[in-house]
Amino acid sequence: MAILGAINPMLSVGLDGDNAWRLADYVKRGGYTALRRILEEKLPQEYVINEVKKSVLRGRGGAGFPTGLKWSFMPRSFPGDKYVVCNSDEGEPGTFKDRDILRYDPHSVIEGMAIAGFAMGAGRGYNYIHGEVWEIYERFEEALDEARAAGLLGKDILGSGFNFDLFAHHGYGAYICGEETALLESIEGKKGQPRFKPPFPASFGLYGKPTTINNTETFASIPYIINLGGEHYLEAGKANNGGTKLFSVSGHVNRPGNYEIPLGTPFATLLDMAGGMRGGRQLKGCIPGGSSSPVVPAATMMDCTMDYDSISKAGSMLGSGAVIVMDETTCMVKALERLSFFYYEESCGQCTPCREGTNWLYKIVHRIEHGQGRADDLDLLASVTTNIMGRTICALGDAASMPVQSFIKHYRDEFAYHIEHKKCLVPVDVQRAGSGFFTATV
Amino acid sequence: MLTSESLKRIDREIAKYPADQKQSAVMASLAIAQEEQGWLSSEAIEFVAGYLGMAPIAAYEVASFYNMYDLKPVGKYKVSVCTNLPCMLTGGVDAGEYLKQKLGIDYNETTPDGLITLKEGECMGACGDAPVMIVNNRRMCSWMNPEQIDKLLAELK
Repeated sequence: MAILGAINPMLSVGLDGDNAWRLADYVKRGGYTALRRILEEKLPQEYVINEVKKSVLRGRGGAGFPTGLKWSFMPRSFPGDKYVVCNSDEGEPGTFKDRDILRYDPHSVIEGMAIAGFAMGAGRGYNYIHGEVWEIYERFEEALDEARAAGLLGKDILGSGFNFDLFAHHGYGAYICGEETALLESIEGKKGQPRFKPPFPASFGLYGKPTTINNTETFASIPYIINLGGEHYLEAGKANNGGTKLFSVSGHVNRPGNYEIPLGTPFATLLDMAGGMRGGRQLKGCIPGGSSSPVVPAATMMDCTMDYDSISKAGSMLGSGAVIVMDETTCMVKALERLSFFYYEESCGQCTPCREGTNWLYKIVHRIEHGQGRADDLDLLASVTTNIMGRTICALGDAASMPVQSFIKHYRDEFAYHIEHKKCLVPVDVQRAGSGFFTATV
Repeated sequence: MLTSESLKRIDREIAKYPADQKQSAVMASLAIAQEEQGWLSSEAIEFVAGYLGMAPIAAYEVASFYNMYDLKPVGKYKVSVCTNLPCMLTGGVDAGEYLKQKLGIDYNETTPDGLITLKEGECMGACGDAPVMIVNNRRMCSWMNPEQIDKLLAELK
């Protein structure tokens, strides 16, 4: 079973069985009816975009931008090539939902992209797949072959005169390529360094042509919106937060995995679905939307519902829906040290504030963790973050800064203890026990 | 430089892109070259560049930017361990330490018999299966507790 639990699911219905990803199975559970209806009934492009707007589907990759609005930015009368690109470069620590969508339901993404191509008049698409999940890339290529052979991709789809072809492109280990313009550079066969915006991809995208980039889960949701109607899709979630969403729950829970729930479901319910806290320990904090989103302390988190607005009110971001759960055995300094190393390692080096700043952040947190922190280090960290944020081409600089700011804000005492006592507030053997690694043999 | 089988695979990649955008196939072509030769020598990178009609430096920029390309020889098996936060919380760092101890090497080192190179990796997008590791950029290994790691090591011969 792909998805470990669900409440009123759409995306994860019928994904049991080894062949769920095959075209025949997808068609059996209603697949390609949305594309078929659009083409057979000759529905206008406007109709499709309006349904997506009415659904209030918000981008599932992290930014939460309304998808219908994004689609309406594409110049529909533009005479030359236009592109639809799917961002499956899922490397935001904590996020692993797109892997399961592509593993168990690749045709929903293919259908969603074909519908998007139709709505925006784009004739070609690429799905950029994280290089680390190689078997998923190979499976997607197989699914594409199936769709082509069935006349669902390529020239004159279902005899409608609509042409759309789709290909898979793999990454090879660069987090930054999840940023949409870096991703485009990468498809063009270059280093993945983000571009200045504007111009936005809708006017100057892949190969300089109008391009729309959406996340895997966003595209996978499109067939459901067309089948149900935008309004009904919206009702499945809550106002301004349409539909259901996959949440990737990782860390100190009993059943880490993907869960599909309506937006607006209480965090406490999601935590229960994931089997509750490991070993019955206490929740210490939670990173609710992937490693770049600010950490939220336990008490605040327990009052949140899982939707864009509630998490934003709690001072964080729903992001990609990657919920990293940390219990009382977690050393918050060590947790931040690892995240800071990640951003330092993955900064593309293009902008000085990010290239140098992420290095500073890592070095300072590293020395605090290793008993060499200085009294003014917390102020220094704050100053480095404010000198990165808003001063870079893309959001990686901000993404590196927000964890630093939020960890210090909510767990300042723990950082201060490290600096003063040159050791961790949480004893090392307690931390080790928390990981559970040795319980299998000890 | 590359076998005709590899060239056929590269040609399939080139066909995915518009005729005047062969360079788009460089990532896949380098991956194919590395798969065949075990690592990417300067000669292999230059060959791929020439095949795609791009400047060698442009291909080298790509090879050195993305961290799954190996610009130095590695062991027969490259094991990349994820130690990022979600994996760390459920034993990723411990798994790395366990491997180091078992193999008698540190990260970025190769066992004396040339069999295994150990790498510390970044998020592999499979945090629900933590701790995870990848063998030779292709095989994702999930829920790697000591027992699973022992099993994997016994298999890598």
